[in-house]
Amino acid sequence: MPDMKITPLGAGQDVGRSCILLSMGGKNIMLDCGMHMGYNDERRFPDFSYIVPEGPITSQIDCVIISHFHLDHCGALPYMSEMIGYTGPIYMTHPTKAIAPILLEDMRKVVVERKGESNFFTSQMIKDCIKKVTAVTLHQSVMVDNELEIKAYYAGHVLGAAMFWIRVGSQSVVYTGDYNMTPDRHLGAAWIDKCRPDLLITESTYATTIRDSKRCRERDFLKKVHECVEKGGKVLIPVFALGRAQELCILLETYWERMNLKYPVYFALGLTEKANNYYKMFITWTNQKIRKTFVQRNMFDFKHIKPFDKSYIDNPGAMVVFATPGMLHAGLSLNIFKKWAPYEQNMVIMPGFCVQGTVGHKILNGAKKIEFENRQVVEVKMAVEYMSFSAHADAKGIMQLIQYCEPKNVLLVHGEALKMEFLKEKIEKEFKISCFMPANGETCTINTPTKIPIDVSLRLLKAEAVRYNALPPDPKRRRVVNGILCVRDNRLSLLDIDEMCDEIGINRHIIRFTSTVRLEDPGPAVKTAEKLKNLLSEKLEGWTITISDGNISVESVLIKVEGEDDSTKNIYVSWTNQDEDLGSYILGLLQSMVQ
Amino acid sequence: MKLYCLSSDASKPCFVLSFKELLIMLDCGLSAHSVLNFLPLPPVPSTRLASLPNYTPPHHNDPLLEGELKECCGRVFVDSIPEFCPPLDKVVDFSQLDVILISNYTCMLALPFITEETGFKGQVYATEPTLQIGRFYLEELSEWVSASGEDSGAAKRWKEAVHVLPPPLADAVRPRAWRRLLAPQHIARALSRVRVVGYDERVDIYGALDATAVSSGFCLGSANWVLRSAHEKVAYVSGSSTLTTHPRPINQAALRGADLLILAALTQTPAHNPDHMLGDLCVHATVTLRGGGSVLCPVYPSGVLYDLLECLSAHLEGAGLAHVPLYVVSPVADSSLAYSNILAEWVSATKQARVYVPEEPFPHAALVRSSRLRHARALHDDALSDFRQPCVLFCGHPSLRFGAAVHMVELWASNPLHAIIFTEPDFPHTEALAPFQPIAMKAFHCPIDTSLNYSQANKLVRELRPRELALPDQYAPPAPASSSAPPPRETSRPHISADVPTLVVRRGAALRAGTRRVAARATLSGSLAARVAARELRAGVRGAPLRASLSLRDSRLELHSPPPGAPGAAPAPPPRLQCAPPDVDALERELVRAGATDARVERGADGCILHLPRHDTLVHVDRLATHVFCEGGADVRQALRRALHACVPHL
Ligand SMILES: [Zn+2]
Repeated sequence: MPDMKITPLGAGQDVGRSCILLSMGGKNIMLDCGMHMGYNDERRFPDFSYIVPEGPITSQIDCVIISHFHLDHCGALPYMSEMIGYTGPIYMTHPTKAIAPILLEDMRKVVVERKGESNFFTSQMIKDCIKKVTAVTLHQSVMVDNELEIKAYYAGHVLGAAMFWIRVGSQSVVYTGDYNMTPDRHLGAAWIDKCRPDLLITESTYATTIRDSKRCRERDFLKKVHECVEKGGKVLIPVFALGRAQELCILLETYWERMNLKYPVYFALGLTEKANNYYKMFITWTNQKIRKTFVQRNMFDFKHIKPFDKSYIDNPGAMVVFATPGMLHAGLSLNIFKKWAPYEQNMVIMPGFCVQGTVGHKILNGAKKIEFENRQVVEVKMAVEYMSFSAHADAKGIMQLIQYCEPKNVLLVHGEALKMEFLKEKIEKEFKISCFMPANGETCTINTPTKIPIDVSLRLLKAEAVRYNALPPDPKRRRVVNGILCVRDNRLSLLDIDEMCDEIGINRHIIRFTSTVRLEDPGPAVKTAEKLKNLLSEKLEGWTITISDGNISVESVLIKVEGEDDSTKNIYVSWTNQDEDLGSYILGLLQSMVQ
Repeated sequence: MKLYCLSSDASKPCFVLSFKELLIMLDCGLSAHSVLNFLPLPPVPSTRLASLPNYTPPHHNDPLLEGELKECCGRVFVDSIPEFCPPLDKVVDFSQLDVILISNYTCMLALPFITEETGFKGQVYATEPTLQIGRFYLEELSEWVSASGEDSGAAKRWKEAVHVLPPPLADAVRPRAWRRLLAPQHIARALSRVRVVGYDERVDIYGALDATAVSSGFCLGSANWVLRSAHEKVAYVSGSSTLTTHPRPINQAALRGADLLILAALTQTPAHNPDHMLGDLCVHATVTLRGGGSVLCPVYPSGVLYDLLECLSAHLEGAGLAHVPLYVVSPVADSSLAYSNILAEWVSATKQARVYVPEEPFPHAALVRSSRLRHARALHDDALSDFRQPCVLFCGHPSLRFGAAVHMVELWASNPLHAIIFTEPDFPHTEALAPFQPIAMKAFHCPIDTSLNYSQANKLVRELRPRELALPDQYAPPAPASSSAPPPRETSRPHISADVPTLVVRRGAALRAGTRRVAARATLSGSLAARVAARELRAGVRGAPLRASLSLRDSRLELHSPPPGAPGAAPAPPPRLQCAPPDVDALERELVRAGATDARVERGADGCILHLPRHDTLVHVDRLATHVFCEGGADVRQALRRALHACVPHL
């Protein structure tokens, strides 16, 4: 039994730094290369020294696959390719290749320019890194080398997000990255065919939640925003520039239009236009509705949402501001938060998951005072609301995906240990398959059955089919072939005996049996043969029985009738050694007919 | 494998391949050549066309023919809604088709004729741009050709009188099979059947084979198809280009080493270099505009149009003519221009790089924003209310039989300052212009056909090294002349001359190609494989008997460990390969051990006879066979079998 080995370097019973090593069939594949937003030290990057303590890493990794542009999935890529020195192939979808460098650059600016760190990758490194990326399209089958094949499936979640199917020989794995099984306002739902992988590696961010209907959450969100601005409060919505932001913008835009509201709505960072351009250009990755109507009306041209300027922070009166980044760990959203937090008429709505260590995580856990590195203390009096708009699959979605692709094993990553435990039990119980949840640095070994390609002789298959169909139908009967396995140049074939003789170039020694049955049947021998043929056809339904020149053949058994018109006929039955069963059966049949 | 050819127009191909018990249609091109025999359908009534004289063939008295034919400058035209020439429907029953594979949007316009009301039940596959742009082409056609009222009685009578009509009507091929375009709802239903595939996506066709669309470099989303079973590979190369234009470059590697290569849709204008033609077009346009005239380009709503807009706008800018407006008029102009800019994954690397900026891959979006380029659904559209001349106007249809182009030619034909420049290769420009004669406007012929020319195709075939090549007869070398006659002039016709066995297919004909298959692909479970101890039977060949249970899941064959035999019943013995005659002495000893002590042996020159008189049995042994004539009971025969098994050498 060949094994496959999976070691999470990040995302093992954890959220926030996806990086999983997969080894199968002698190939090593890195699934995502993410960065942890909650740390400022070396813990933010995966532990690459696990792969190779010293020396070049390229020889140890056959390829890197990036599932989508979120930094917890691609944030460490420039570090790996430009600072650790990985030079092998990197795969991601076209939109990911277009958008990832922008997010990487934003993040780099925050880390280097605001926090003053020096040992970090540069803008040039991001560009050089992205140049090395091979962009793939959905469902394209990409041969990384002669044995390693990958294929991307639509994952929903964010623009360009993909799940990857990976195959080496007969072993296959599906890695989901982050995905979403329900369509939203701008993206479709994840989809995969029944590819029956040996292993499904799935995220489990919302392993225990079955989320209430999307509509309810949306209504709730709009109500909260509306109530707050009506009272003159300011609403801060920390988002990542691309992804959820677009969905929430579409939501607010239509609501403002419908309710005829005049409160200002801003989208910060000037990224709106650029981000929306990406959505326009990659509109084929959005959902059906947007694709269908894009010629007439572009969903990403907003009427009510205006670009934000820093000077607006202190403007009096109500407003709604979308600001990056999404977890309040740095940048503009954090600056606005510091200003607005001490006032109770204001509100912050966290529309997504926050990793541990971020301000977002702290306030969601009820922190009323946040202390910053420079000893600054901010009191949190504003309302803090959490709305799960993150497009991750919930427990139901995960079960649905398992149903779609029918894996033989499941491995959970990108989630919290306790919740994973719950889901693991559910999966094992419901699907009767093994489920694993290794921690970071822990290797999980999975046995997979081997399947070797083999060519089966059509003659052999036809002979089997004839035999099988001749027997009374029985759904429990298994079909069995008997042949000779031939191995030549490492290629396998299953042949019948004559084909095997040809294959090895020998003349076969044939053993043949002939017995005689005597029959009193006056008249020409040909007539007798006709009668016999009809009798046999009745008894041997489903078999090929032919007659020519008075010779009957039942498959490979020959029957010949001889004798003068007025005398006893000799019926010769003749068959080769391997047809003993059929030959003796027919002989017996003829003998019983004579008596 | 069998190949049928259903189209007589090699640039609008339609083949059917029977492969592994499946019927696979490769492309369904709609030949539009037939429309040239019809009178133009003006979008607004034209007094000139309406007042053309009737034509009656001399010495032919058929009152029903009255009014069906009109004459213009010595040419006769049918006065009816133009008809097209769809693929033959008599050779293959369309209800039996399993799959239709489409290579590009210029080769799919007959799809509704194949799939609608024919009992068609199969699958249709095309890339996303092929489907979308094919939809634009069909919607545009149906808007024009059905706009003039569907119920006006079609002229049919002339089809019975072709033999008395002057050429080119006299040479019309099977006009009775010509059809009007189907109704919009049929077109919509046909298009809704198409399943979208990406490049290099392996599509499983009923478990019997994989079909993969690979980039062909000809237009957005254009594909060649590779069909692969476990043992055979067929490559269908249709509408390919090795030039660098806006689409993704051709993927040649995927086409290599096919058992059968089918070549279709080569260039229709082998004598014209597309780059030179584009240059000529820019020059003619500049000269015309400088002289105060306008330029009309009859074009399709996608494809080369994008290149024309890009090159011409840059050229005019360089010539100080940036103020000249460019117009695109088509019912699908807005969709086509917008759509081309969201196909980042289907364009050349240079265009793709722009998307990462992010900027549109094609400059026409910027031209629209700066108002240099205007587009409108029709000539009377509000978008054209400030129509300015001189200008460059792009509109269809290139045949000049319907669409806005008809009206524009009527309008501009008498002015020698204006020019019409033909770029689409589908129609000979003199024939397109025939019903508008006499004209004073200048006419230029700058056909831009980026499909493979003959030398490129020959080179490609050499590089791809197929085992067999199939061609429509138009591309085949001319038939060899009889030995006495001088070689006909025709030998100079460009053709494909390949150093591989070549099959030439004609419309309506079928050809047998490829080899008969002898094996099916299956997988052998590792646990069963581990139990087999294969011995070396000959240098490099190992073998062992194998008994396996057979299962078929999702059309995939699997071999597993066999079921344990029913209690009491011994499993069938594995087949044995006896390779030499038995040692007769040993056989005698074996028989004695089994109780048959009366054996007598007679040795001859090339074998011997063993006689068991008590059991009424003879055994003939020679070099190749042992023949047992046994008149004893089954027990005797079984004893003999056992004895023979023991002493016939086997592998
Ligand atoms: Zn994500």
